Amino acid sequence: MQNSSSKQDRIAEYKALIARITPKSKLAVGCWRAFWVGGLICVFGQTLIDYGRASLKLNQSQASAFASIVLVFLTAALTGVGVFDQIAKYAGAGTVVPITGFANAMVSPAMEFRPEGFVLGTGAKLFTIAGPVLVYGISASVIVGLISYFVR
Amino acid sequence: MNAPNRMGHQTIVYRNTPWITATACAAGPREAQGPLGDKFDLVADTPDFGQESYEQAEVALLREACRICLDKADLGEKGVEAMLGGDLLNQIMPSSLAARSLKIPFLGMYGACSTMSEGLLVGGLLVDGGYASPVLCTAGSHYATAERQFRYPLEYGNQRTPASQWTVTGAGVALLSLPDPQVHPLAKLTRACMGRVVDMGVTDANNMGAAMAPAAAATLCAYFDDTGDTPEQFDRVITGDLGYVGSELLLEWSDKMGHPLPRERMMDCGLTIYDPQQDSHAGGSGCGCSAVVLSSFILPKLQSGEWRRVLFMATGALLSPTTSMQGETIPGVAHAVVIEGVR
Repeated sequence: MQNSSSKQDRIAEYKALIARITPKSKLAVGCWRAFWVGGLICVFGQTLIDYGRASLKLNQSQASAFASIVLVFLTAALTGVGVFDQIAKYAGAGTVVPITGFANAMVSPAMEFRPEGFVLGTGAKLFTIAGPVLVYGISASVIVGLISYFVR
Repeated sequence: MNAPNRMGHQTIVYRNTPWITATACAAGPREAQGPLGDKFDLVADTPDFGQESYEQAEVALLREACRICLDKADLGEKGVEAMLGGDLLNQIMPSSLAARSLKIPFLGMYGACSTMSEGLLVGGLLVDGGYASPVLCTAGSHYATAERQFRYPLEYGNQRTPASQWTVTGAGVALLSLPDPQVHPLAKLTRACMGRVVDMGVTDANNMGAAMAPAAAATLCAYFDDTGDTPEQFDRVITGDLGYVGSELLLEWSDKMGHPLPRERMMDCGLTIYDPQQDSHAGGSGCGCSAVVLSSFILPKLQSGEWRRVLFMATGALLSPTTSMQGETIPGVAHAVVIEGVR
């Protein structure tokens, strides 16, 4: 018993040492970069919606879909030419949170697992990153939908 | 009854001091831009090395490093009696595939990033006992194959944490043989210390240095206790890929365990292979890291006589994506070999 408690103490002591020595991510810099790049992406998205409504005569939901399609397309293209991960490395959550993050999470495994073939590689591994977002995002939307249907 | 070539709990003595008679390494373009870049025998112009997949590139780097080493020793494949090698991928396929084309009897090794010193330790035993000579010891890794197996797709836009390390694309090999008056050796093996698997409850797979440092400290303490040696008796005490975080932890933790290490005699291969400007965060890692630095930097210094005696201890973090996802902690292991100059 004494032996195991001293082992626990040693582990606790080591964990404190790790916390002291391991450098921390720079939170303020990271937040600022995520804010301005993410903000810029959202401004661009809003511009697309306004353009869709004014020039393409789309209604609000059509214009939103139009903006999503353009952002997804651009992200997929930038991922394909190997630029998007460089931007994301700088911006962090600024590119992850908008729909650009979702597009990148789909295209990057599709490219990565291409050598294992279209079926067992790209096909099977396509959702390795985006899968959890889809599963729990859709599940949550179903629950919220049911609540709003019955409670209203 | 104690084994006759045993010293203390974990240390072994090579009675016949196996020689390292040749070495070679091959590495990728990023490694070539580092401080050791002009010392590599072969540099791949692109990370895929002209192959169809990164896995095949890893195989090709290993195979070419072996070929160059055999050429340097003026040996054909038939002249080598055993090959001991490993890498980081599932079922150590790159090493097996490299061995397929070499037609040398092959024993697969796995010690995560500690593979190079594990291979030297066991290969030294084969030579020392008179069971095989020469013996080829190999280790290799590839950034892209390790990322895909352990982390994310290459083009996935994530940020690396400051403690994360960069897997070295490269392979290093060394040829061991019985002392032979006809040959000019690079160095010799005199002792080795087999490491225990040590677990201090680290679960952060982005902080491998922290997972490995206690194992490194345990092996060093065991070696110094077993032999009565002190760190001052080595020109360098060399760790494999602890990186910045792990190296600092090793200094502190060894001190706590009663074996303070002099900072000026410590060296980490992961901190040697890249320039800090290369954005590799806490340093290099991977089986290839210690193997390439051994071949391109450490052995030449022992051959020239600049260093006389080093403790070469590659360190491995023992995890698989499955055990990590199941919440298992990450134990570490470190094996040490004492390498001495011959002149």
